[in-house]
Amino acid sequence: MIDKDKIVSALYEAIDEINEFRPQGQRLEKALDTRLFGAGGVLDSIGLVSFIVAVEQRIAEVFGTSITLADERALSQRNSPFRSIGSLADYISKLLGEVSGVPSTHGTG
Amino acid sequence: MGLDRKRIFITGTRKGIGAFLVRYYAARGFMVCGCSRGEAEFDLKNYRHFCADVSDEAQTLKIFSTIRKEYGGLDILVNNAGVASMNHCLLTPYRSVRKIVDTNIIGTFLFCREAAKLMQAQGYGRIVNFATIATPLKLEGEAVYAASKAAVVCLTEVLARELAPFGITVNAVGPTPIKTDLIRSVPQDKLDALLQRQAIPRYGKMEDIANVIDFFIRPESDFITGQVIYLGGV
Ligand SMILES: NC(=O)c1ccc[n+]([C@@H]2O[C@H](COP(=O)([O-])OP(=O)(O)OC[C@H]3O[C@@H](n4cnc5c(N)ncnc54)[C@H](OP(=O)(O)O)[C@@H]3O)[C@@H](O)[C@H]2O)c1
Repeated sequence: MIDKDKIVSALYEAIDEINEFRPQGQRLEKALDTRLFGAGGVLDSIGLVSFIVAVEQRIAEVFGTSITLADERALSQRNSPFRSIGSLADYISKLLGEVSGVPSTHGTG
Repeated sequence: MGLDRKRIFITGTRKGIGAFLVRYYAARGFMVCGCSRGEAEFDLKNYRHFCADVSDEAQTLKIFSTIRKEYGGLDILVNNAGVASMNHCLLTPYRSVRKIVDTNIIGTFLFCREAAKLMQAQGYGRIVNFATIATPLKLEGEAVYAASKAAVVCLTEVLARELAPFGITVNAVGPTPIKTDLIRSVPQDKLDALLQRQAIPRYGKMEDIANVIDFFIRPESDFITGQVIYLGGV
């Protein structure tokens, strides 16, 4: 089974990485309900690009598989996976499940 | 900032202009990495060679993952790898078209994308692509090559805008004929006629190219992006 905790800690590491370059007050909080992009989100579109790059790198390191987070499929989801850390973790878990053939226990909500 | 903004990656380094640029920047204290499909024909202390085809995504990703782990990032990318073929369009085989498009366009794009991922994390980067005077001169016999380099110019201009918010500049150098294997099969009378169309009718030298790259990659050139400098006054 895909280890969701591992995904979340990879996401938190990505947050640490991009927070380094963000001014006080615009830093991302390490919490599942942190709003990323869209209504109430902390990131603008350029910030989101940097964050996605950091996440893809972490996931590749931790799980040894490269996934593409921002393709047509992600953008066409009824609920954007980039709303919050929690929704992104669910989406990554689903992608990794497909790559490894292991079913994911988490829906994308 | 690692090594004083002197970590440079050059593609297509086995021979020709790429091999010259490796020696040139290694001699100037840069930490140089490079790739080509074949092994490099030289051995230098501060040069690391990767055997890879620039149009192969998996190989490209592997290179950049190594660069990230071992050098912590990248400051400069020079997209020199390129192939040409001189032929009338009616006699140009599909295979040549494919190879030119794959290396010149897809390879340049993949390296820009992966290098920019590393550069954006540090808020600094310099990318230099390779154009050619065959494009503005609309050179007969070079339709696919000139078109592929027109695409490189377009990539340079659009990526310059997309990457500007990250402190990354993207420019291109457009060489005139330089005596390398690339133009070995071009007939002498064609080359002579081509030189006559330049404002300064002589062959280019490797140093002419290095001079333009030096200008683009200086930290002071942070307000220069999306530009193509053609040599010889074309
Ligand atoms: N020479 C000229 O007159 C001239 C004029 C205008 C522009 N240019 C441009 O200058 C650049 C360099 O040309 P050059 O004259 O030095 O050519 P060259 O002597 O033919 O060398 C080409 C280099 O690129 C490498 N290469 C080719 N395809 C590759 C691939 N798919 N993946 C990785 N490496 C690859 C080759 O090594 P491997 O074979 O081992 O892969 C070689 O090291 C090119 O972009 C060319 O379009 C040259």
